[in-house]
Amino acid sequence: MARTFNGRVVVPGRVDGEALVTHTGFNTLASLKTAGSFLNKKGVIQDHNNPELYGKLMPGKVLCLPETIGSTTGGMVLYCAASMGVGPACMLFSKKADTRAVAGAVLTYNWSGHPIVLIDELGDEFLEYVKEGNHVSVCEDGKVEVEGD
Amino acid sequence: MILNEELEAVRRGEQGEAMAKVLNTLIMYGEAFGAERMVKITGRMGHSVIGTGSLTWTPVFDLMDTLIGGGALPKQSFTTDPRGIEKQVPASIPEKAMFKLLFTNQKRMEEEWERMGIKDRNAYTCTAYMEEVGNIPKRGDILGWAESSAVSYANSVLGARCNRNSGILELMSNILGYVPEFGLLTDEGRKADWVIEVKCSELPEPQLLGSAIGFRCIEDVPYIKGLNAYLGNELTQKNRDYLKDMGAAAASNGSVGLYHVEDLTPEAAELKESLIREDAKHFVIDDAELKRVRDSYPDAWTSEGPPEMAFAGCPHFSVDQLLDWTERLRAGLKKHGKDKVTIPTVFCAAPDVSRRFEEDYPAEAGRLKGMGVTVSGLCPLSYTSNPLVEKKRIITASNKLRYYSKARFYSEKELVDIITGGDGHGKDI
Repeated sequence: MARTFNGRVVVPGRVDGEALVTHTGFNTLASLKTAGSFLNKKGVIQDHNNPELYGKLMPGKVLCLPETIGSTTGGMVLYCAASMGVGPACMLFSKKADTRAVAGAVLTYNWSGHPIVLIDELGDEFLEYVKEGNHVSVCEDGKVEVEGD
Repeated sequence: MILNEELEAVRRGEQGEAMAKVLNTLIMYGEAFGAERMVKITGRMGHSVIGTGSLTWTPVFDLMDTLIGGGALPKQSFTTDPRGIEKQVPASIPEKAMFKLLFTNQKRMEEEWERMGIKDRNAYTCTAYMEEVGNIPKRGDILGWAESSAVSYANSVLGARCNRNSGILELMSNILGYVPEFGLLTDEGRKADWVIEVKCSELPEPQLLGSAIGFRCIEDVPYIKGLNAYLGNELTQKNRDYLKDMGAAAASNGSVGLYHVEDLTPEAAELKESLIREDAKHFVIDDAELKRVRDSYPDAWTSEGPPEMAFAGCPHFSVDQLLDWTERLRAGLKKHGKDKVTIPTVFCAAPDVSRRFEEDYPAEAGRLKGMGVTVSGLCPLSYTSNPLVEKKRIITASNKLRYYSKARFYSEKELVDIITGGDGHGKDI
């Protein structure tokens, strides 16, 4: 059964993709520090502190998360990953998005040809409902539809 | 967002297309957090998180070129984060070759920074607020900095006002000379969401306490009680160093950009408990909580065996810390009957701090060198991003380095014991 959630649009866009889910903070630098380089061309997530995401592929995914944590390189790491084609297509926050994530998405929107859509304030229930691999559709107005199992 | 006349002119493109785009980026960023206006940066210097010319960050350096080409240059001088490698730090030939590939943009980045007006060639450090470096904001100064540990220190210990800006956004803020007003720039945003009570049997090591605070508070502002029983009520250099390390750990396990310490940090000393929100949550950190936090650290070593390299000084050491660690190593070596450290050891400090250490304390600097320790201005996080280095069995007392690399965490006491020939618990190996 599909469920719909409504969030706040920070960076608009339409996205259809596969969910990648973390219930703890997403450390952007630890996850994507070499993504796009010859060391990690495929964009494998490398944060060994996050067992839900470690070793999984990031490119084009709909990243569902409560918040990002850690280094203030976070936004520019997102910008680089997006510019090199290994970033997420979209970030869906259960809470209000933090400064690094917003910075990253805003930078991609204004300065790269690969904007990361960012919707926040989707609520705790969203993060409880969405599962890795679910198909997720995101609309311009912040409506998020999650296909169930 | 309401703009003043100066910024309206920027938006109309009177200072060029690049500058207008910089402004629009900062407006979009600020509006996401409800900012209604831009406020002028009042700090004397900026600080950036971009100090390593990483291959992965090529799009950043392309963007910097675009800004320079468009005449969008910083309004003031600035410092930036440390380089990823320095000649004096030991590295094998294959490791050096890998560094060359990984940091292929280093020369390009440093040239770009020079064109943008960086303070000088020694301005590469995460602790630019040290007296020797001289980028010390005043209380109440509005900043547009990045670098999580520096933002935390500037907000908490110096009482300046800065959001946890991301890389590039801090550069754009410095170019515009304005930042959007929200979050930690406002009185309301600086109020504490948590009361953390420290009830430990002795003064906790700062990196471990900060780690526990970061896990609990994530991005919220904590008001920390119980620490002044150990630290007193004065911001001595020793206390500033303690808070520097604690804050850095809280900013890597979580995203804490501001903390208040009862009767010690400037705002807490003046405003007391009026800084605590009515609905603030409470949490006690005791010995059991610190143990639980430490036990939760994953061990990311890829092979078993004795340690191959040790790092301390993340964030960069102060002169006092270099002196203190020199004495700790001297005592440790004496205890274990050794003359030199038993594994390659690197202490990290700002170039200007190392210079003062050597000039003002030549005997201690000579002793540290004689014990086999390398003092370097590099960033150990960037250094360990080299996969040939990362697979080494590295040990550290830094939570930040532990988090971002495969280094194994030890307490400061254990680290000193291992470096000087012990088993970590005081016994000879």
